Amino acid sequence: MASHSELNSIAVEVAKPPEAIMQEIAEHKGCGTSGGSGKASCGSAAGQGDLSPEIWEKVKNHPCYSEEAHHHYARMHVAVAPACNIQCNYCNRKYDCANESRPGVVSEKLTPEQAAKKVLAVASTIPQMTVLGIAGPGDPLANPEKTFKTFELISQTAPDIKLCLSTNGLALPDHVETIKKFNVDHVTITINMVDPEIGQHIYPWIFWEHKRITGIEAARIITERQLLGLEMLTAAGVLCKVNSVMIPGVNDKHLVEVNRAVKSRGAFLHNIMPLISAPEHGTVFGLNGQRGPTAQELKALQDSCEGEMNMMRHCRQCRADAVGLLGEDRSAEFTTEKIMEMDVKYDSASRQAYQIKVEQERQEKVAAKQEELAELAGEHSDIKVLVAVATKGSGRINEHFGHAKEFQIYELSTAGAKFVGHRRVDLYCQGGFGEEDSLDTIIRAINDCTAVFVAKIGGCPKDTLKAAGIEPVDSYAHEFIEQSAIQYFKAYLDKVKSGEIVHVERGDADIRQGAFVAA
Amino acid sequence: MAFKIISASCTACSACEPECPNNAIREKDGTFIIKPEKCTECIGYFDDPQCVAVCPVENTCVIDNSYPRYQAAG
Repeated sequence: MASHSELNSIAVEVAKPPEAIMQEIAEHKGCGTSGGSGKASCGSAAGQGDLSPEIWEKVKNHPCYSEEAHHHYARMHVAVAPACNIQCNYCNRKYDCANESRPGVVSEKLTPEQAAKKVLAVASTIPQMTVLGIAGPGDPLANPEKTFKTFELISQTAPDIKLCLSTNGLALPDHVETIKKFNVDHVTITINMVDPEIGQHIYPWIFWEHKRITGIEAARIITERQLLGLEMLTAAGVLCKVNSVMIPGVNDKHLVEVNRAVKSRGAFLHNIMPLISAPEHGTVFGLNGQRGPTAQELKALQDSCEGEMNMMRHCRQCRADAVGLLGEDRSAEFTTEKIMEMDVKYDSASRQAYQIKVEQERQEKVAAKQEELAELAGEHSDIKVLVAVATKGSGRINEHFGHAKEFQIYELSTAGAKFVGHRRVDLYCQGGFGEEDSLDTIIRAINDCTAVFVAKIGGCPKDTLKAAGIEPVDSYAHEFIEQSAIQYFKAYLDKVKSGEIVHVERGDADIRQGAFVAA
Repeated sequence: MAFKIISASCTACSACEPECPNNAIREKDGTFIIKPEKCTECIGYFDDPQCVAVCPVENTCVIDNSYPRYQAAG
């Protein structure tokens, strides 16, 4: 095997002073560093909300488990697990487009040894990369040897990186002990139903005990194994997130029941995602015209489950080989060919220094929000508005309207500013056919918003947005999102009170069904 | 007969490889192939040919008529 020589060639040394690395990263992100000495203050409650300290410690720099963390920390997936043991109607394993971004899609498969080298290469280039996940493109636990070999290699060379995996759950009960042994802290199970009657319309077949099983029997086995696996992980102290795909007319109403079932078995976070379905994907749902939910249908379901448990709303439904902050994909920088040529220097000291810096920024952000929130105290109004925000990270309004590939959506009320989702607006890969007018696409994607916050915006799109009833706001350029949003909302309420403006309910918005052009 | 893999349909997902009771399947040039002389159509092992049952793309693992029908020993 070439693996050992490859791994041995990775020099672990302190290459650059932390400040230099921070500057490089800041430049990549398009924002300057403010300098100053870094001091850890992890004990504080920045973003902790109502989580227990033990759980907060596990999720605070995990972008997929903490909405707050996803502004600051990055993750990567390595595509070492191509085989799958079930078939889902929203998945087509034949489809592979480099420009496509959705679960189950990858450009190249990796061996565990290549994956380990890739992780070190990425971790050295992106110090805020704290999480390594295996999410396919098949099922990690249908490829247990490759999955656990990868975890073993990474835990040896980069022990500070958190390991996680995402599974359909069929094989999960067989692997709970190994998951525990490799210190995999976070497991995501995709649970779309707890009723086999519904399940038979989502899963055409499973491969189980050397047989292909179809229909209601297949769905019954899946749901039993998923719930058993979840219970076993909870008992073993592994943090579990549950993903559910919202399929209108199939399981949309039923997901409230799924939410209760997984909460009672100890799931920590529930991520209800919209079905991605288009004929060109060649999936069963795509071909038979099954639609995905609208933005407001998704939000209403998430809202209705929120009383029960924490809901995740920042999932980008990324590729099984995605690299970077959620919402960005830098995988093209780290192809196997490029990695093998890279001179990788894994430098935990500068990674740590960078992360301390990130923590400082988070503290500042939370402090700014608290200060602003205090001024809202005493106000009461039933008015709620959504605003769209152009950001490239760090919790600031720091992206140009025309450069935004997505907008983050915040719901503003007298309770404060709450992140409720995101909308992709990047160009649509339609297999080479036609391109929509991108401004129309953006307006459809944020049509339920009252305003859009940007770092900068040109005159022409400004006028078009105003005509559509969406206020373009560039006066908070480079400020913290939540602080600015609360300020904006206070002024909005004042204007409504004084009669200067009339509050109008906005309509619904589209969720993009297509793919996005990664670079 | 033996089974063969239609390489144009194969996604190279590798699901079939570990399921084969005869170790007849391996990766070659970005696709998977079945060694016909090793394939027993799973007769004597399982009710269903495993490569067919696990393959995510229909009609990818198919009977290769250019080989005689497998005869179980005895």
